[in-house]
Amino acid sequence: MGELRLMKGNEAIAEAAIRAGCDAYFGYPITPQSEVMEYLAAEEPHKRTGMVLLQAESEIAAINMVYGAAGTGKKAMTSSSSPGISLKQEGISYLAGSELPCLIVNVVRGGPGLGTIGPAQSDYFQATKGGGHGDYRLLVLAPASVQEMADFVPLGFDLAFKYRNPVMILSDGIIGQMMEKVELFEQRPRNTTFDQSWTTTGKTPDRERNIITSLDLDPAKMELHNRDLQAKYQKMKENEVRFEEIECSDADYILVAYGSSARICQKTVKLARQKGIKAGLLRPITLFPFPTDIINSYAQKVKGFLTIELSMGQMVEDVRLAVNGLVKVEFYGRSGGVIPSPDEVLKVLEQKFIGG
Amino acid sequence: MDVKDIIRDENLVYKRTKLLTDKPLSYCPGCGHGVVHRLVMEIIEEMDIVSDTIGIAPVGCSVLAYEFMDIDMQQVPHGRAPATATGIKRCWPDKFVFTYQGDGDLAAIGTSETIHACNRGENITIVFINNGIYGMTGGQMAPTTIPGMRSSTTPYGRDTSLMGNPLKMTDLVVHLPGTYFVSRQAVHTAVNVRKAKKALRMAFENQKLKKGTSFVEIVSNCPSGWKMTPVQANKWLEENMIPFYPLGDMKVNGEIVKQG
Ligand SMILES: Cc1ncc(C[n+]2csc(CCOP(=O)(O)OP(=O)(O)O)c2C)c(N)n1
Ligand code: SF4
Repeated sequence: MGELRLMKGNEAIAEAAIRAGCDAYFGYPITPQSEVMEYLAAEEPHKRTGMVLLQAESEIAAINMVYGAAGTGKKAMTSSSSPGISLKQEGISYLAGSELPCLIVNVVRGGPGLGTIGPAQSDYFQATKGGGHGDYRLLVLAPASVQEMADFVPLGFDLAFKYRNPVMILSDGIIGQMMEKVELFEQRPRNTTFDQSWTTTGKTPDRERNIITSLDLDPAKMELHNRDLQAKYQKMKENEVRFEEIECSDADYILVAYGSSARICQKTVKLARQKGIKAGLLRPITLFPFPTDIINSYAQKVKGFLTIELSMGQMVEDVRLAVNGLVKVEFYGRSGGVIPSPDEVLKVLEQKFIGG
Repeated sequence: MDVKDIIRDENLVYKRTKLLTDKPLSYCPGCGHGVVHRLVMEIIEEMDIVSDTIGIAPVGCSVLAYEFMDIDMQQVPHGRAPATATGIKRCWPDKFVFTYQGDGDLAAIGTSETIHACNRGENITIVFINNGIYGMTGGQMAPTTIPGMRSSTTPYGRDTSLMGNPLKMTDLVVHLPGTYFVSRQAVHTAVNVRKAKKALRMAFENQKLKKGTSFVEIVSNCPSGWKMTPVQANKWLEENMIPFYPLGDMKVNGEIVKQG
């Protein structure tokens, strides 16, 4: 059994970064995720593993520092919250276009604009549908516990390098700030070899020069590049879908929720079952690729779905696409930092499907 | 007598660096970019550091620098090259990392990245091509466009009361504690090319010392954007740009030797 600690989600991300053998973290402070960089600074990761830590002058600079390090094959990451993630979008688009592996953490807060520092899930569209310009996707992981905040860091790096694609951990202010028990994995070594087929570590006589770029002025070649990217995203859809099912097998109604909303809905399922309502919870763990097939297969047997989000309704669109009109898909969300209670969700379930 | 008889070792006074690819340059005839590409590649070859060098291509006319420079390169978003170079250099402190940037890239959209990289004293080399205009997008005003100078967005000449003042970025970075070497050069004459090469060489050698940022501005031309022939452009550069952007080393070994 690994080391047990009581930690905040943001601290767990930071500790996991060091243990995952991350080579470099570049960030800029923003609530509710500043503890990531603060924890790293206190740990002096350069002494523990040689990991680089640098507070950048902006989120834009931070993501472009990640780009540079990632382009040399280093495990690089950044974290921020919603407005900061918006600033990073051009860089993220370049990272995806240039096919660079890296980890980006968004501890989401309410928007639009400066919004609120309270927790939210209103960056789902931005995270899963592209976010920046061009046809690209991130592989998006949605942790629902402090344990997953830690575990998704090495998983995120593994997936990023497997697909040479940026991976996003889409968390929120609740998971980032709350404290839970976490079992930490053992220290992993940092990379010591760098794939000479693409990394820019200096051209040696035994190989051609390597170029990191997203540019191609030849339309035919650019289209080919886009087709290759799509093929890669298709592979992710085939191989990387992750989800958790709670009491779905005999359910009449399935709640679909991710991250902190899923934690709330877990309690709702219990309350519903106590009342004799057969409710289940399907929790997407990967938001891209989305667990479309499993939702579709449940759509053949349940009476309805209720999607719960800390937003005005974003993931529900993917649930509707998966259900494809087979049964009713309802939505309930709170926003602006307001969090629904399990009872509140139960009431909505009853109103929309049973009493209603 | 054929070519082989003429190009004998004892007759050879100049050879193209093998770090320039055979790809035809995409630059307009007479443009300074090509000359600076050559100088940078000559220096990397002469220092024998190609296997430890990573270059950063900007957004601007030199976006395709990686097509011509036969070294490992990264192409980055507009203005962010100093941040990317920081990311690389922090992970690889013993490698040689340089950025190659135009004035729009370095002194407008990338002002923040430039100032902060220089102020932190990132141990990188910044090559700054100041042609007073946005070449790639068709000759719009740059932060460096001098007063009265025409561009497609200042068709009657830059009126500083409307468009603000030109930004002398090099004069600014010279005062930052993180810069170790700051120089402003030109490449419009053979003599200037030699001086520019000396400054650029120093800017690369300094990376071995790990004492801060080396920053070299090249006052250059843009015959197409300026709507001049190459000869006219170089004359205009001599008569108008250089008086506004005087040449010479400004900071050497961390000491200011000439105020901007
Ligand atoms: C974010 C962003 N904004 C604007 C552009 C368009 N753009 C491309 S090059 C350029 C200006 C380049 O001028 P400069 O840096 O002076 O280089 P030059 O072309 O003169 O060598 C601009 C504005 C872009 N590619 N990206
Ligand atoms: S547009 Fe100007 S800067 Fe660009 S290649 Fe032509 S002459 Fe050079």
